Amino acid sequence: MEIERKVKYEAELDKNFLREIIELSHCEEIERCIQCGTCSSSCPMAIYMDYPPRKIMAMIKEGFKKEVLKSFTIWLCSSCYTCTVRCPAQIKITDVMYALKRKAIEDGVYPARFSIPVLDKEMTKIIKSTGRNWEMGVVLKLYLKTNPLGLLKMAPIGLKLMKTGRMGLKRESIKNKKQLRNLLDLVKEEVNA
Amino acid sequence: MREYTYYPGCSIKGTAKHYEESLISTFNELGIKMKELDDWNCCGATAYFSVDEKMAIAISGRNLALAQKEGRDLVAPCAGCYLTLRKSLEFLNTSPEKVGKIVKELKEIGGEFPFTIRVRHPLEILINDYGLDEIKKKIKRDLKGLRVACYYGCQVVRPFTDFDDPDYPTSLDRLMEITGAIAVNYSPKTRCCGGSLTGTVEEVGLRLNYILLKEAKKENADVIVTICPLCQFNLEMYQDRIIKKYGENIRIPVFYFTQILGIALDIPVKELGFSRSVIPLNDFWARI
Repeated sequence: MEIERKVKYEAELDKNFLREIIELSHCEEIERCIQCGTCSSSCPMAIYMDYPPRKIMAMIKEGFKKEVLKSFTIWLCSSCYTCTVRCPAQIKITDVMYALKRKAIEDGVYPARFSIPVLDKEMTKIIKSTGRNWEMGVVLKLYLKTNPLGLLKMAPIGLKLMKTGRMGLKRESIKNKKQLRNLLDLVKEEVNA
Repeated sequence: MREYTYYPGCSIKGTAKHYEESLISTFNELGIKMKELDDWNCCGATAYFSVDEKMAIAISGRNLALAQKEGRDLVAPCAGCYLTLRKSLEFLNTSPEKVGKIVKELKEIGGEFPFTIRVRHPLEILINDYGLDEIKKKIKRDLKGLRVACYYGCQVVRPFTDFDDPDYPTSLDRLMEITGAIAVNYSPKTRCCGGSLTGTVEEVGLRLNYILLKEAKKENADVIVTICPLCQFNLEMYQDRIIKKYGENIRIPVFYFTQILGIALDIPVKELGFSRSVIPLNDFWARI
């Protein structure tokens, strides 16, 4: 066992992290957090999180960038918005979680082979190329990349869907792909500029 | 009667076909006209906002611009599509400077900007535009005390709270009750089903759905009624695995609200997609 220091020194904190996340989430209110814990007590996922949302808010304010971006918390947030509608300081906590997910992907620091960011990325790839999501294709890709054996467990569900005509075997595509691509290119151009 | 543009979304063309079948037949029966948006693209759901916000808004922007050209409100039956489109619409209309160049392009496609159309959910249309009193006049079949657990999930009632209460909504309960059904007390009515977590982190996803199923059984519900394809899918398709894992009989049919309303409107059952249920419905048919 390796002995490591468990407490961070102040000099190691990233003082820009708060501004960065405010900008990415369009949510100035993070600064107003009173640490009441309404978010954590409302969150159906909190029992699985490494840091519950209240703690994440405090960590953003203090600059614990690495810990926040590497946390499972941000990926476990399923966007149910319960915390957001209840926060007395009007912090859009769900939007903050989205901003953290994007930052973690951008910096390449999300937990390796963790299925949630993989799902998100695979789905955006499919949409980008055809304009439509393809439920079966996404699920197949997700399991092959993260947990090939899991496909066996999914087989009975797949069979039932097939039997009841609820499985789209064909990959759909929009007609005007050029129009969609043009919009996405405009976004890319601007981000690069 | 007002007309709407219909945005189906990807699930409704796949795993949620019975949502589309029952939605279209009930709206037809009520005389509510919808025309499908031509060449719509996927809304991107929660995934796109997790990867790239500006691109997420651009792909939703295309749908919104195409709908703007039609000039009618956009109806999105999937909770994910509803929220994604509505969030993007608000973002585009209130902070166009944050998305830059695509605004000009979207104006060209839609013919107008800021957009004037609204994004709507079919439940909200039934309640606010059509009205429960009017629906009541068309009810032909009494559901005779069928015990219904009304499950709202997350994204139809949150974060936008102008339609119903975000913690204790009642619109679906009221709609179900005019059919003669009884909306049971269902305390987790807005507790999250976990969305795609059933597929990504099974331990979490299964437990969330176990709680939802168990609470419905506790209230002696005959069925659970949903308003979102992902909620319906999770609650129905994982029952075998949940029973195996928790060793409890939580077997219960899970329908779309439009299927139950459809029965009360006396629409032929085969037009309401009931054959797509993977849960045996013998008890249910005997009950009504």
